[in-house]
Amino acid sequence: MEDSVDCRQFCEKVLSQAKKLGADYADMRIVRRDNESISLRTGKVEGLNQSSSYGFNVRVLLDGAWGFASSPIVTDEAGGRIAEEAVRIARASARVKIKDVKLAPVEVHEGSFKTDWKINPFDVSLDEKIAYLKDADEVLRQDPKVKVTDSFMEFFKFDQVFASTEGAYIEQTRIESGAGISATAIENSEVQTRSYPGAFGGDYAAEGYEFVQSLEMLEHAQEVRSEAVALLDAPVCPAGPKSLILQGSILALQVHESCGHPVELDRVFGMESSFAGTSFLTPEKLNCFRYGSDLVNMTADATIPGGLGSFSFDDEGVPGQCFNVVEDGIFKGYLSSRETAIQLGQRSTGAMRSVNWNYMPIIRMTNVSLMPGDWSFDELIADTPDGIYAADVKSWSIDDKRLNFLFGTEIAWEIKDGSLGRILKNPIYSGMTPEFWGSCDAICGQDDWHLYGVPNCGKGEPAQLAHVGNGAAPSRFTDVRMGGAK
Amino acid sequence: MKLLGQDKLRSLMQIALSHSSADQTEVSIRTGTSALTRFANSTIHQNMGFENVGIGVRAVFGKKVASCSGNDISEQGIRDLVDKAIAMVHHQDENPDFVSLPEPVERIPEVESYFRSTADMTPEDRANAVRQIVIESDRIGGTAAGSYNVSASEHGVMNSLGVDSYYQGTDARLTCVVTGPDGGFGYAQGHFMDSSKIQPGAIGAEASARAYESRNPVDVPPGDYECIMLPYAVCDMLYDFRYAGMGAMSYQEGHSFMCGKMGQKIVSDKISIWDDGRDPRTIAAPFDSEGVAKQHVDIIRNGVASGVLYGSYTAHREGKKSTGHSGGINLIMGPGDATIPEMIASTKRGIMMTRFHYANITHLMTAAVSGMTRDGTFLIEDGKIVAPVKNLRFNQSIVEALAKVEMVGKDLILDDGILAPAIKTGKFTFLSGTAF
Repeated sequence: MEDSVDCRQFCEKVLSQAKKLGADYADMRIVRRDNESISLRTGKVEGLNQSSSYGFNVRVLLDGAWGFASSPIVTDEAGGRIAEEAVRIARASARVKIKDVKLAPVEVHEGSFKTDWKINPFDVSLDEKIAYLKDADEVLRQDPKVKVTDSFMEFFKFDQVFASTEGAYIEQTRIESGAGISATAIENSEVQTRSYPGAFGGDYAAEGYEFVQSLEMLEHAQEVRSEAVALLDAPVCPAGPKSLILQGSILALQVHESCGHPVELDRVFGMESSFAGTSFLTPEKLNCFRYGSDLVNMTADATIPGGLGSFSFDDEGVPGQCFNVVEDGIFKGYLSSRETAIQLGQRSTGAMRSVNWNYMPIIRMTNVSLMPGDWSFDELIADTPDGIYAADVKSWSIDDKRLNFLFGTEIAWEIKDGSLGRILKNPIYSGMTPEFWGSCDAICGQDDWHLYGVPNCGKGEPAQLAHVGNGAAPSRFTDVRMGGAK
Repeated sequence: MKLLGQDKLRSLMQIALSHSSADQTEVSIRTGTSALTRFANSTIHQNMGFENVGIGVRAVFGKKVASCSGNDISEQGIRDLVDKAIAMVHHQDENPDFVSLPEPVERIPEVESYFRSTADMTPEDRANAVRQIVIESDRIGGTAAGSYNVSASEHGVMNSLGVDSYYQGTDARLTCVVTGPDGGFGYAQGHFMDSSKIQPGAIGAEASARAYESRNPVDVPPGDYECIMLPYAVCDMLYDFRYAGMGAMSYQEGHSFMCGKMGQKIVSDKISIWDDGRDPRTIAAPFDSEGVAKQHVDIIRNGVASGVLYGSYTAHREGKKSTGHSGGINLIMGPGDATIPEMIASTKRGIMMTRFHYANITHLMTAAVSGMTRDGTFLIEDGKIVAPVKNLRFNQSIVEALAKVEMVGKDLILDDGILAPAIKTGKFTFLSGTAF
């Protein structure tokens, strides 16, 4: 935070002003967000950027309706003006409402919290970071068929103060680190890409530079390169119903899209219906709907150390929590806010977050994960006489209630008689969410389970790219509709 | 917060340029205010006001480049940002493909892009607009959801080579999805620089009518159909199409759908697609993020692959000049002469779709996308709409769909910054259906 600002005093003044102007409830956040990104494209450092953003917001509830205003200018003058603006906006909101917003009660907290990191990435020299990426990138380019390579790393630091008229005052600091590499081979109008440790954003964690070091990208670069090139001449993935084993990172995205989003209670109540959509997991299904097979257990856990969706308190001052969303295949719980939880007679499960000072918090995933089973990966392959093993996301799409989906992966392998065989290109698979999870008949164990950091979960208007986590281990699904994109 | 104005912005940018010791320096400042009213279940549930400031500095030493951005535009804040960019650039490698920041060109043509009607809009005005939509959705026993987004902003760019660009612009977009009785959904929207052109009642009525007409949807089998895409769906399709290779970078790297086909006919000769940031029917902006004047660029002209979009970096790699496409896009598909009733009347058995949902590219070189229909999908038989249908999943090459275009609408609609007509294509592949 800026040294020149006494945050507690500033918050007290602004919240007091909001109350004076008629707010029944108000909260506010002061946020500083720092970012550093380094990207190499085909051997050249094309992106070397640092950015910072600082500002505050006020959210007020008045006449049963919300108002929100924000400013990058953190002064007493701006504080009063923005509080006034938020109140005016709330009064306008109250002109179009059917019922008043109510808030579920919350225990009031005060304190300071920060994530753990060993090496502050902002203290590591740019030279060291660039050298790490260049070494990996050089290996990626050691085949003339690889025409494009990408290597990147990115770091975030968030400092946030949350205060409310109920007396909460919570300071949180978090550091996040992420990195990834990819190689694109091109020949005769064929384009194939392989990535590590995951496509579309690599992997991230709420850890320091030690996380990037642990990814060992240099050690994986050769495999990424050779698979990209091998895909050029691979046969297209055959169509038809197949036993499908999904690798962890693509399955994590499947969890994200077909479980993480539909358990967001704002979607369920239609609050995102014009844009991101709604949910098939409507309240009458709670505790009785069969979401998947008996093997399927999923949690929303904001308490996992290092998880990109972990935090001490959400942006309503509700503690981060761990709870079941699917238990033994039955749908069990929602990600919620104070406003939505009370409509089900519940307390908030602490999922309200925004990406910066100038965005209103909405319900976001924490770390929504498929819990591990007890198979080993080798056992799983050996137990599959005829199937497909597919890895790393290439394309994804799901309908606006989160039922009908189609995903493409970067690569697949044929499984014949319990062994991995030839590489297949352009695999796509599709289905309906409950049927798909109902066909899950094997899940690998803790040794193969990984929590993937997703830095680009899109939702809301204006679009907010939230940082969330999704965990999974390789798992098998039967009679999945497969195909090959062309 | 009021806009700072050209003189103030220029003086702030001069601080950066005069402070910098780099070989070349670029500074860009954006300020503005924006507001967003979101509604769902016929209730305003989010209502926000923002003040925005952003400053970016790019420092160049030889062929080394680094950039920094922030939101502190105090004199000291600007100097600190320049120092930070310069400190970073010394850690940078040389990029042999980098030639220079853009040189100034002739005077940038002025575009009427700022409208007081939008800039002066109040929270009460937005609430009243939402109320008009709710009144329309009430008429069919439905509920309304959507958003009203308005902004007024200014953008200045200067560089040490003499680029000195400034403009002010406004943007107003009202979107609406009406959920009707018996499983009907309808979408409509209005998007203009001038909010006085937005007619909330008409938007609400259009969405409500579509929701009413799409009640009790039926299943249809997957397969190939003739397909009428309303302008909203065409805008959605073009939004995905641009990622398949309209930019110079993807063309240079060999993974654009136009690679090896420049100058060749790739789609129906009824199709022309271009980008023009100065077209007043779009959300016009006279220059790009580097301060370079945006030019009209034909991407597909009468079915023939004609060009790609350049920023200074990609242009210099080919010894060309930037077309003003370093960021920002103003895609336009040219009109034809058909009406939507004529398209329906000419269809033997087809699907009419209102809008895409969550479409993503599944195959780059064919620009194949998979996504869902939403908010009003209809079956046409023997020249008539015979039933609303449940939403369908498609997996379809955009290039192939455009190659089979038989009719192009004469009316253009701007949706999410893209201007397009309705089209009718002879074949569109639907893979499966869903439950609603």
